[in-house]
Amino acid sequence: MATSTLSVKPAAACAPARSLWQRQRWLILRRSSQVLILLAFLTGPWFGLWIAKGNLSSSLTLGVLPLTDPLLVLQTLLTGHLPYSSALIGAAIVLGFYLLVGGRVFCSWACPVNVVTDAAAWTRRRLGIKTGRVPDAATRYWLLGGLLVAAAVTGTLVWEWVNPVSLLHRGLIFGMGGGLFVIAGIFIYDLLVASRGWCGHLCPMGAFYGLLGKTALVRVAAPNRKACDDCMDCFAVCPEPQVIRPALKQVGQESPLILAADCTTCGRCIDVCDKQVFKMTHRFDQRSE
Amino acid sequence: MDSGRKPARKSPDASPASAARRKFINSVAAAAGGGCLLALGAGLYSRSAAALPAQALRPPGALPEADFLAACVRCGLCVRDCPYDTLKLSDLGDPVVTGTPYFHARQVPCEMCEDIPCVKACPTGALDRALTDINKAQMGLAALVDHESCLNFLGLRCDVCYRVCPVIDKAITLETQHNPRSDRHAMLLPTVHSDACTGCGKCEKSCVLPVAAIKVFPRELARGALPDHYRKGWEEKARHGGSLIGEQVEMPVRGFDGSTAGRSATETVVAPHTPAPDIPAAPGVPAAPPPRGAGGLNSKWKP
Repeated sequence: MATSTLSVKPAAACAPARSLWQRQRWLILRRSSQVLILLAFLTGPWFGLWIAKGNLSSSLTLGVLPLTDPLLVLQTLLTGHLPYSSALIGAAIVLGFYLLVGGRVFCSWACPVNVVTDAAAWTRRRLGIKTGRVPDAATRYWLLGGLLVAAAVTGTLVWEWVNPVSLLHRGLIFGMGGGLFVIAGIFIYDLLVASRGWCGHLCPMGAFYGLLGKTALVRVAAPNRKACDDCMDCFAVCPEPQVIRPALKQVGQESPLILAADCTTCGRCIDVCDKQVFKMTHRFDQRSE
Repeated sequence: MDSGRKPARKSPDASPASAARRKFINSVAAAAGGGCLLALGAGLYSRSAAALPAQALRPPGALPEADFLAACVRCGLCVRDCPYDTLKLSDLGDPVVTGTPYFHARQVPCEMCEDIPCVKACPTGALDRALTDINKAQMGLAALVDHESCLNFLGLRCDVCYRVCPVIDKAITLETQHNPRSDRHAMLLPTVHSDACTGCGKCEKSCVLPVAAIKVFPRELARGALPDHYRKGWEEKARHGGSLIGEQVEMPVRGFDGSTAGRSATETVVAPHTPAPDIPAAPGVPAAPPPRGAGGLNSKWKP
């Protein structure tokens, strides 16, 4: 992988007067979003103040708003079970939201495993680990297909036995034991074996949400791409570095928008770019300086 | 055309297009293989873990286990709405399928809420809303498994499992039996009836022994089954108003007068209240001598 040959520049080497907030804004917002989603589920059991019940698989917010993981409902339908309308409505709401906002927004703004893999990627960069072998990025789509077929063939939600995403989120809310080993395994895998291995190459939930990302309204763009000095900071920090090039270097497209569905809209490239090349914008913003 | 291409394919430094194709095929094969292996592993693991362990009970209204595992999305909404903290979600490594709700009767039994909030909370129908009367729930089936330590079997009047049963006198009855050890007392044996037992687990929870003698199991584990072709003679007889195989010669039973010999300890002794002189003694039931009245058994005990 291209990124594995890069090293991170010391922050002081080329840091002009950008405040900590400017350098970490999207990361802070993202972490806040992840923590707030978790807290919405935890204020109930902790303080008796019920905002959201359940977990990311299916939940009921303020007693009225059902939200259900659409991939899970899809698997349930494939097993031959027709869920009650509350689950179907919940799945439709979630599906609509991510179709509108951007599929993999889930990955970087809601998913708790993202914190684990971000930590692994950060540690890997810091320690300069270059070892390992990265599986093909298409593996996640095979895995996604495999788990759907497995649900239809076995008539049970096979993937939910091991799904680290629901395992971690459920564990954080309802208590956790053996699931910790799976999460630790993902951390070690991302740290030592494959850079961005889980989220970027294996996770079938990420693959599913990626498929919803074709119509995303919220997009990162590189309107100030003329200012790029090829420092490669954005490539080093991006969880899906291949999405940057078309927009930044005008490879195969004129638009400065990052349109690839793999982009998780995490905005980390905006944070790390000292030339302020990137910005968060909408799908129809074609402005380029 | 073909003959011209073949050598180029074989050489390692062929045209860039061929190398790219080979790399693509390799990567796709690796991805497909890896994906299928992972999915297969998950499938095999799920199959091995699919059996419900003996002491784990599903919430009321749960579909049969296989259907339940297809329908339950492991959200924990039933757990949240259980007012008694009976239900809990399984974690990876627990004997119950990861993330699904269950309870252990001996720890916290089901209190059988009349409005069944756990069933109402389920968004998918893994807990079936067709269950509206909690007394019709079939979470499990109690079984008095240890006759050797059950206090009532020892001749005491513990009766706790019977007293706490929410479906008392239907799900658990006390069956009176002669105590052959003392030969002059009764044993009142707690007896579970599968048509009324909801499997709530209050009997197991309240068994006074250090380890419960009565336990609740998933129904498929607790129940036996008769062969399909078996008919119970007395039921058929009642249904048809007479024996289907004609009148049988009934032989008198001799040698058991005034004794419990030959009778098992748990056999129910039913003494005829009004012995009819024209009917010969039924097998296994000694004809009570008329002066003793309705008591039936002659234990030869005299004060």
